[in-house]
Amino acid sequence: MSAGLAVRGDASARPSSLGGAPSTGSRRSSVGRVPNWFLIPALVFYAVVVLYPSVAGAYYAFTDWRGGTEANWTGLENFIALVGDSAAVASLVNTLTIAVTLTLVQTGLGLLLALALNAAIRGRNLMRTLFFAPMMVPPVIIGLLWQYVYTPNGPLDSLLEIVGLGALSQSWLGNSQIALWSIIASVIWHHVGMSMVIYLAGLQSIPQELYEAAAIDRAGPLRRFWSVTRPLLGQSTTIAMALTMTSSLKLFDQVFVMTGGGPGVATETLSLIMYKEAFVYGEYGYGSAIALVLTMIVAAIVFLQMSITRRGEVEA
Amino acid sequence: MSLSISNVVPAEAPARRTPRRRRGIGGYGKPVLEIVMVLATVAYMFPLYIMVSMSFKTAAEAAGSPISPPQSLYLENYATAWSEADLGRALTNSLIVTVISITVAVLIGAMAGYAIVRGTRRWSTPKLVLFLLGLMIPGQLGMVPLYILMRDLGLLQSHLSLIIYYAGSLMPMTVFLYAGFLKTVSPTFEEAAKIDGAGWWQTFSRVVFPLLRPVTGTVIIINTINIWNDFLTPMLYLAGTPNRTLPVAVFSFQGEFASEWGLIFAGMVIAALPVLIVYFFLQRHIIQGFAGGLKG
Repeated sequence: MSAGLAVRGDASARPSSLGGAPSTGSRRSSVGRVPNWFLIPALVFYAVVVLYPSVAGAYYAFTDWRGGTEANWTGLENFIALVGDSAAVASLVNTLTIAVTLTLVQTGLGLLLALALNAAIRGRNLMRTLFFAPMMVPPVIIGLLWQYVYTPNGPLDSLLEIVGLGALSQSWLGNSQIALWSIIASVIWHHVGMSMVIYLAGLQSIPQELYEAAAIDRAGPLRRFWSVTRPLLGQSTTIAMALTMTSSLKLFDQVFVMTGGGPGVATETLSLIMYKEAFVYGEYGYGSAIALVLTMIVAAIVFLQMSITRRGEVEA
Repeated sequence: MSLSISNVVPAEAPARRTPRRRRGIGGYGKPVLEIVMVLATVAYMFPLYIMVSMSFKTAAEAAGSPISPPQSLYLENYATAWSEADLGRALTNSLIVTVISITVAVLIGAMAGYAIVRGTRRWSTPKLVLFLLGLMIPGQLGMVPLYILMRDLGLLQSHLSLIIYYAGSLMPMTVFLYAGFLKTVSPTFEEAAKIDGAGWWQTFSRVVFPLLRPVTGTVIIINTINIWNDFLTPMLYLAGTPNRTLPVAVFSFQGEFASEWGLIFAGMVIAALPVLIVYFFLQRHIIQGFAGGLKG
């Protein structure tokens, strides 16, 4: 992804320190090239676990395979069935809602946290550590924890009562209007530290002199943020958004644990119905078709995002 | 790459002591920000407080106010959860799977990165792109065929199935990190070794691999967290067997003791604690590893 930039930058800086050797390639010709067998172990594992199953899965998406020996080619039938499947349509809408909301809100909150914890305030190292800590806990456990936090008259309701907002209490995971947003909130809580850390790294790579220059020009804090910080955080934004977007499109663990897709189809996601169709109902072909749709969405969004956000980036 | 982010979360850098802060906070701004952040942190820690306090509550207490602290440290939950959910065994399983998977991934990933960056130049990019494709393909697409393959090979319910799965599925990220890092390393040392008559393997193991140490740290950190916390695949492959990993064990434990929250939370704390302890000791390295790996 944005790696290209960083790597190329470093590579072009290095040779000059070696006495200006223009290309490391020509120097190496005297000692030969690394033989290809170095690549083979990785390639074998990768082919067996990722490449072959993905190609096979894409093929089964066009069949009626149910786990027996017979897999008949049925063309687009699975995809036509998907359009008429209300759970599948709901899961598609929910998945996109989750991905867009998480990408915007989690990245935004991550930026705010990073800005606050990049300032010289007391205890900021401890706070950084604490905000990143949930990233270390398995999503299943986070899901179970939040399931309890959201129970009627549970921790969240009690807390709201104490601060005088008891009227807001409700069935956080049982109300189909709210359940999806409750799950999204818990995922933001879980992952916001990741976005914060990406932005902290970005903030710390901005040269201090730029702020000094801006201060000499009498730029106020907001002006400094808008004209110095914001453009130079472009790459961090690309990384933070791409990462959140791709991982939230595949969201499974938390939903599986907290609601199992309910109430009704209110919190179904593509990963979840794919799992149910394939591994609960044994509809291997149909499940693979759902997975193929998910793959297409991920690919489309990655390309779209790469082309849009790249334009907003400035090299520090 | 990791080189450029070695300053992530630094110790107090000299520049930070200058009174004119980049965020422009001075006067009343700073105390206000400090108060806001302390409040935000306390609110943020609320769910974790619930998890820990619940784990020390008796069944009667757990049925009472959900947010009051436990009256005493009721340790029975921990003992029961440990034995009923067989968490000792699950912990061992998680350790075995994680350590072996990481070792394999580091070794074959570093070798592949070496072959891609220092191999035939014409094929360097296609080879890397082939691996990077894996970063984009959701695991769901290959989930059924891989499950069937593991079943037909008779590997389901064994640690080996998971180890193979992780070694393969972690290759895109691992190769990406190693190749990116190696591009920034001058080949002078390797060439010297070759000229002195070292073979390819010797050059790799004695010269190249040690040079890759910073990125190996990143690879280990990111992959360890991913493997240790993974749930769906271990559930598919190992659920219902004594070989199950920690997240799977805690999940099925919760299914068994549906509303005994004190017990369930004790199990959750036990499962979350090992990584959290390591994190609090190595937090600077871990945060750097994540930030560096993603940036790279």
